[in-house]
Amino acid sequence: MHESILVYRKHRYLKWALALAVVSALFYMIDSPLGQPNGGTWLGYTLGTISGGLMVWLAWFGVRKRRYGLGNVPLEDWLSAHVYLGIALALIATLHAGFQLGFNIHSALYILMMITIISGLVGLYFYISYPRLLTENRRGLSTEVMLAQIAELDRDLRQIAMTMDDATNAATLKATQDTIIGGSLMQQLRGHDEHCPTTQARLFVEGSDGGPQDAQRRQLLTRLIRKEDLLKRIRRDVQLRCLLKVWLYVHIPFSIAALAALVTHVVTVFYYW
Amino acid sequence: MGDTYKIAIVGSGPGGLSAAAHAAKLGVSHVLLERTDHLSDTIYKYQKGKYVMSTPDVLPLRSDATFSAGKRETILDSWNKTIAELKTNVRYNSEVVAVQKDGDVFNLKIADGAVIQAEAVVLAIGLQGNLNKLRVEGAELPLVQYQLDDPEEYEAETIVVIGAGDAGIENAIALAKQNSVILVNRSSEFARIKQGNLALITNAIEKGDIQCYHSAETAKVEPKAITLQVPDGQARVACDRIIARLGASAPRKFVESCGIKFPNEDRTSLPEVSPTYESNVPGLYIIGALGGYPLIKQAMNQGYEVVEYIIGNRIAPADQPLLEKKFAGLKSVDVEAVLSEIREVIPVWHSLNPLQLREVMLDSTVHVLKNGETVFKRNDYTNSFFTVLRGSVGIQIDPNDSTKVVTLGPGAFFGEMGLISGRRRTATVLAASDCVLFETPRRTMLKLVQSVDSLRRTLDQVAIMRQVQTHLAPGVPAAELKELVETAEIQKFKAGDVIFAQGDKGDHMHLIRSGSCTVSMRVGGRDVVLSYVPSGNYIGEMALLSDAPRSATVKAAHNVETVCIKGDAFKRVLDRNAALKGNVEAKFRQRIKANEQMQKQPEAGSIIEFLIAQGIGEGTDVLLIDESLCVHCDNCEKACAETHGGISRLDREAGPTFATLHVPTSCRHCEHPHCMAECPPNAIHRTPGGEVYIDDSCIGCGNCERNCPYKVIQLAYPPEEKFDLFSWLLMGKGPAPGEAMTYKKNGHDDHGHGHTEKAKRAVKCDMCKGIPGGASCVRACPTGAALRVSPEEFMSVATLSG
Repeated sequence: MHESILVYRKHRYLKWALALAVVSALFYMIDSPLGQPNGGTWLGYTLGTISGGLMVWLAWFGVRKRRYGLGNVPLEDWLSAHVYLGIALALIATLHAGFQLGFNIHSALYILMMITIISGLVGLYFYISYPRLLTENRRGLSTEVMLAQIAELDRDLRQIAMTMDDATNAATLKATQDTIIGGSLMQQLRGHDEHCPTTQARLFVEGSDGGPQDAQRRQLLTRLIRKEDLLKRIRRDVQLRCLLKVWLYVHIPFSIAALAALVTHVVTVFYYW
Repeated sequence: MGDTYKIAIVGSGPGGLSAAAHAAKLGVSHVLLERTDHLSDTIYKYQKGKYVMSTPDVLPLRSDATFSAGKRETILDSWNKTIAELKTNVRYNSEVVAVQKDGDVFNLKIADGAVIQAEAVVLAIGLQGNLNKLRVEGAELPLVQYQLDDPEEYEAETIVVIGAGDAGIENAIALAKQNSVILVNRSSEFARIKQGNLALITNAIEKGDIQCYHSAETAKVEPKAITLQVPDGQARVACDRIIARLGASAPRKFVESCGIKFPNEDRTSLPEVSPTYESNVPGLYIIGALGGYPLIKQAMNQGYEVVEYIIGNRIAPADQPLLEKKFAGLKSVDVEAVLSEIREVIPVWHSLNPLQLREVMLDSTVHVLKNGETVFKRNDYTNSFFTVLRGSVGIQIDPNDSTKVVTLGPGAFFGEMGLISGRRRTATVLAASDCVLFETPRRTMLKLVQSVDSLRRTLDQVAIMRQVQTHLAPGVPAAELKELVETAEIQKFKAGDVIFAQGDKGDHMHLIRSGSCTVSMRVGGRDVVLSYVPSGNYIGEMALLSDAPRSATVKAAHNVETVCIKGDAFKRVLDRNAALKGNVEAKFRQRIKANEQMQKQPEAGSIIEFLIAQGIGEGTDVLLIDESLCVHCDNCEKACAETHGGISRLDREAGPTFATLHVPTSCRHCEHPHCMAECPPNAIHRTPGGEVYIDDSCIGCGNCERNCPYKVIQLAYPPEEKFDLFSWLLMGKGPAPGEAMTYKKNGHDDHGHGHTEKAKRAVKCDMCKGIPGGASCVRACPTGAALRVSPEEFMSVATLSG
């Protein structure tokens, strides 16, 4: 318990996947079929069956994940195996295809599957590197607390700005009203906003001369700087959390498409025997 | 002269009306005298809608009037109906001002001048008729009242509530909803109030709903203000209303004028009565709160019984059939004989009065065991208390050698260590011969320990010896430890208290018997936590052995009880036992090494400090999340909801984080669960595996929710039916996995289905007991970020995450 999926149970599933891959590769090397290696030889059928089985099993993870309280194997075992066997699948399926790629349904399956695997690898990278960044970025505050602090700063800003000149007041009001956190997918992924009204307001106040209201100007400035810092963190938070999820929008649809292509592939192969 | 009756009953509270109803039923001539124009004035004056409890639950009700836990209104209605149906002779507006015995009859003088004669008198006047009043200038002004019937009657007023007992606090909280409330507390803190009320009032004061003056007394009342004597002078508070809840006491003057004697001058003392409730004046009986039995059900039973006694039937108490059933296995149906055998044989029960003993036995389970049968196993998480009536049991003191057995004979008790520490059983206990044991639940024992001093003393003496033998000096015979144990004393510490400080002189050591501590050292001007010490360990031996000042500071992580052992006595024991000395010194060296290790990684100490600050120290099984692995998928919450009918008992995101360790809002299964403290139906239990859970008898009162300092209990409606994954995916049936069903009280759900009204129930983590494989949250975590740890593992978690 309490270890990352990569080292889980002393690399048990890495060993499984390696064994499977090595055995497949060995057979591929010693096998000398008539003509070009392809899916139609005895080894091709065997590797194809293994690949197909693996694909269905890998997709079953989505179902297993939602079967709470059932089965005695912890989900971490499943994910660890899912990751390693998924990577092994890339090799086994390639061997099954005999390194052939064409413009047909079979290659479509191969490409869909590879996109699924690569998106999975991207997801794995995200899962391993981002949690720590996410926690460090938050520095002990939850998203809710950060939002509450921003709301409080906004209240202060509005109050102080009321006593200031019109231009400052307008810039500050814009900062409190038009600052966007999150937004569209691209905005979330960008993690910052180059047209952020808060930054603009800060620049404006920095550049302005408070004159007799210098004390207020300073108060305004400190709050704007604090808000900017919070915004930076919270946008980074949104970005990281978004990244942790966004890869699934590729991984899942392509895995379903690959399953559909798998069915077509198997049916056509046997239909046109 | 007025009428003459067989029985005159004074006071129509639960006891009085039950007596009158029974007399009416039996056709005995009687009169029920009530001061007001309605029955049972005390309950009549309860806050509107107050939920009245019917404790003790095990006691059967024996009365012609009905009573069960419920709303004040329902209870009063049923009593009015009974009194009317049985044609009970009630004389309202009849305050009895004097009771005089004249030969064989009593003359009862009524305030309106009438005199009623009776052969026997039952005083069932309770205490609430004699409320304690303010005794200051202006106390008679109309703004002062001593009762609150309906808190919603008042709006937008400034109300001063005097008296921070349960009644005062309940009033203050109810009034604070639409008034500005000031609470006046005579002492410096809230002592002796129900845990639930303590949580409510602390919360209300923190939120600013109620303003509170501690250590304050009333000095003067004016028509629109009150002056309070506060520690730093006087405070005058303008107010519209003053509600004084100062408790009640026996109307001593009246009772004494009847010829009844009080045992002492104490204001709270009550007259003594015989087993048939007769006072020192023959023919004059006392039942209910005035006789020392303040519970409604007890009073009602006494009302029934006293009428039987008066007409000459020596009926057995109401619990007799239950006890007969309980003792059936003993092949002796005579309850009295068994009870007297218990009193004779078992010294712990010796100091209980007959009624207390009956109550204890009603709560206890009788075990008749054959030679060799297991009572409980080492590491079981049970915490009941056992006494031996006949035969003997053997305690396996060495977990590695089952032949090392200490035998306990009749009269002995065991199981007190689990009761005190709240941790797992330290030894396996088997029947050493055919034997008869009583198993008394933890709750009953705690109540007794609090109220019966001599019982606590007996328990402590034996417990100290056993704790020393188990945790400090295994294998050393009791005779050699005699001096050590006799000079030892039990010390209590609150969270944050310093047990001893670095640099102190070390002339004693502590054996932690309940709670846990942190050991810290000042390094470079700041405190570095070196270790966390759970109960069952000893501390302070280092300074003792090396004759040096204390090398570290030990603080209580939460409420701690230790056995404080005198250094000289301990050294003498060591000198006589070479093996023990070797053990202690080995541990000493191990500690020095561990401390040095810890000083090298101060961040691990900070993590322990953080965990302790979160109250993890009193937990037995805590859910932690390693944020360096957590991908925020909330699968843990979904798994919890799915395995518990749609309601998640954990909130992943909520809760504090330190370094990469996050403490989500989730039950820690405390050693001494706060939630268990005040559960009216006793619905919260601990399984032998340690899980604290709530069973189906929950009435949804919310006490546990308020008592939990970690806010892990919620009240929720029972969930609706769910469909399987594919029905949801393909047909859109029911809510999504992990999603809660929207349940609307007494209305319709989103799909237009009607519901009958259901009550809310308390729900909390039950550690997925009954689900093979253990906690779902941990099993459903795809990345291994969720982990459950027990206190023994804190050190390893801290060093890992550092």
